[in-house]
Amino acid sequence: MTFEVFIQQLLNGLTLGGLYSLIAIGYTMVYGILQLINFAHGDIFMVATYFAFYLVAVFALPWWAAALLTLGLTAMVGVLVERVAYRPLRNEPRISLLITAIGVSFFIENLAIVTVGARPKGFPTPKLMSQVIDLGGIRMSGVSIWVPLLSSVLLVLLLFIVYRTKVGMAMRAVSKDVEATRLMGVNVDRIIMYAFALGSALAAAGGMMWASKYPQIQPLMGVYPGWKAFTAAVVGGIGNIVGATIGGFIIGIAEIMTIAFLPQLSGYRDAFVFAILILVLLVKPSGLLGQSLKEKV
Amino acid sequence: MRRVLLFVLTLVLLLSMTVGAVEPIKIGVNLEMTGMLAGYGQMGWEGLQAFAEFQKLEVLGRPVEFVLVDNKSDKVEAANATSRLIEKENVSAIIGTMTSGNMLAAGPIAEKYGVPMIGPSTTNPLTTQGKKYVFRACFVDSFQAEVAAKFAYEDLGKRRAAIISDITNDYCVALGKYFEKAFVQMGGQVVSKQYIKAGDQDFSAQLTAIKSANPDVIYTPNYYTEDALLAIQAKSLGLDVPMIGSDGADVPEFLQIGKESVEGFMYTGFWHPDAATEGLAKEFTEFFREKYGKDPNAFGALSIDSLMLLLDAIERAGSDDPKAIRDALEASENVQTLTGVITIENGDAVRNAVIKEVRDGKPAYRATINP
Repeated sequence: MTFEVFIQQLLNGLTLGGLYSLIAIGYTMVYGILQLINFAHGDIFMVATYFAFYLVAVFALPWWAAALLTLGLTAMVGVLVERVAYRPLRNEPRISLLITAIGVSFFIENLAIVTVGARPKGFPTPKLMSQVIDLGGIRMSGVSIWVPLLSSVLLVLLLFIVYRTKVGMAMRAVSKDVEATRLMGVNVDRIIMYAFALGSALAAAGGMMWASKYPQIQPLMGVYPGWKAFTAAVVGGIGNIVGATIGGFIIGIAEIMTIAFLPQLSGYRDAFVFAILILVLLVKPSGLLGQSLKEKV
Repeated sequence: MRRVLLFVLTLVLLLSMTVGAVEPIKIGVNLEMTGMLAGYGQMGWEGLQAFAEFQKLEVLGRPVEFVLVDNKSDKVEAANATSRLIEKENVSAIIGTMTSGNMLAAGPIAEKYGVPMIGPSTTNPLTTQGKKYVFRACFVDSFQAEVAAKFAYEDLGKRRAAIISDITNDYCVALGKYFEKAFVQMGGQVVSKQYIKAGDQDFSAQLTAIKSANPDVIYTPNYYTEDALLAIQAKSLGLDVPMIGSDGADVPEFLQIGKESVEGFMYTGFWHPDAATEGLAKEFTEFFREKYGKDPNAFGALSIDSLMLLLDAIERAGSDDPKAIRDALEASENVQTLTGVITIENGDAVRNAVIKEVRDGKPAYRATINP
């Protein structure tokens, strides 16, 4: 393998990793606050791509408007899911919530199949994303540049919200102790709602980026990216936002490098990803940056 | 009193069953209506429905009734759908599945019960091998891979091929192998072999590896979802060599997803409406265009071929007994179907193939190749 090819593969890995990170952050946020693994996250990611698709392709909105509207609409879907499916179960055993999350995931997938149809649709990739830049034989599409950039910006923004604002302080408080936070006069329901809105908006950002890079959307498209991002979040230490970002890049690069160095095994790329998960969990059960908790799902 | 009423009711019911309309001949339809490969099943079903509107479906003086079951593009569901059609619905024969992978799971069930099953587009040779009751209306993989290799070597003058195939689908792996065999036999060289997995959307690593092997043609015998993404990602990696696919790319979504990136993409195919210049094919194509405002597609046409083969066999068998239909089907010789003339040999259809090329966002007809 020449150096040039290696760099190209590394870039391929960074792009894929950046996309995983965006989704993983949403997983980790909800977990950090509710200790709930929101299995519907990958499906909310899918719903977002359909919002963007219809807004751009059918309502012919300019891309910036469609993107903003998609973020808002997807956040609302996330809040709705929380309100309808998770809130009534908040004081029930953790396992009920987990199973409900899986149920919500199936519900959204099948609802999408019924409403928009099972056949894939071509996504209208914005010009900015599809442009190709050639750097001495190494080719990058616009997505390869924008994805890591956007991931970093969103990460900083999120860290700012969580550590520098009142809402963020309340979120951290809720994640430590719900009852005590309530006694301090914080509206816990509203804080959890914010967390879902934020997490879902991140899924929307990830979804639009993903669909720009792989311009094919269909109702089950969120399943695999969802699993990979969940793996990324666990590898990085679930509940930890920086950890999820790092985990995303690790998974993305590992996947690409598996194929680059072991082409005959490329059909088993997922096996390698999940092997990494198992290895990390064996060595450091709480993930790379995770804190050990007394109680786990 | 109640017993008498019950007796009368039963009698009325029985009478109405025997005196009423002639019992229809039930044909099961086992298709990929949802899931990853839904495109194929939906086209097949659309074709069957259009054909039922185009002409009255009747055989042995009895109407034909379809019983549709969705196999969700899943091997287990495909097998379950088959036993349901046979056990619960008592069908005389089954049309479906569209894809080879699902047929490899569903075929053995049909074989066990002794009900003929005909796959419209199941091109993998293994589907009918050693089976008495499994048939196909399309050509076998080896034939279309040979056509592709010949086309690449002779018509395009290519010598260095790269092959990229989906390792989770028997269909894609088999095609890649047949292509390699034929291409090397003619004197060509396979410089890179890469594998992908259905459901994956990122193929940048494989394509980067192919690019570094410097091929002059890429054979990509995969389904439309992967083919479209492969073409897009190849373009953005600066991999500008001709790509040749298989009938799996023959779906409108391929063009809709691939857009300008699939321009120039060539593939071996079953049929093209522009090849329908006379007779039944021409009439049906005109009917379809008027009714649906679009061209009929090959998967719909092959489903109709399957139906016509079945109806022809039922006519000759003179009964709706699955075993008699099977024997008549195997004896099919020069049956005029929608897309051409078909003879059945050991469950396989001996028939023609076409080569198509995407031009101006549309699949253009290039040539017909006869067996």
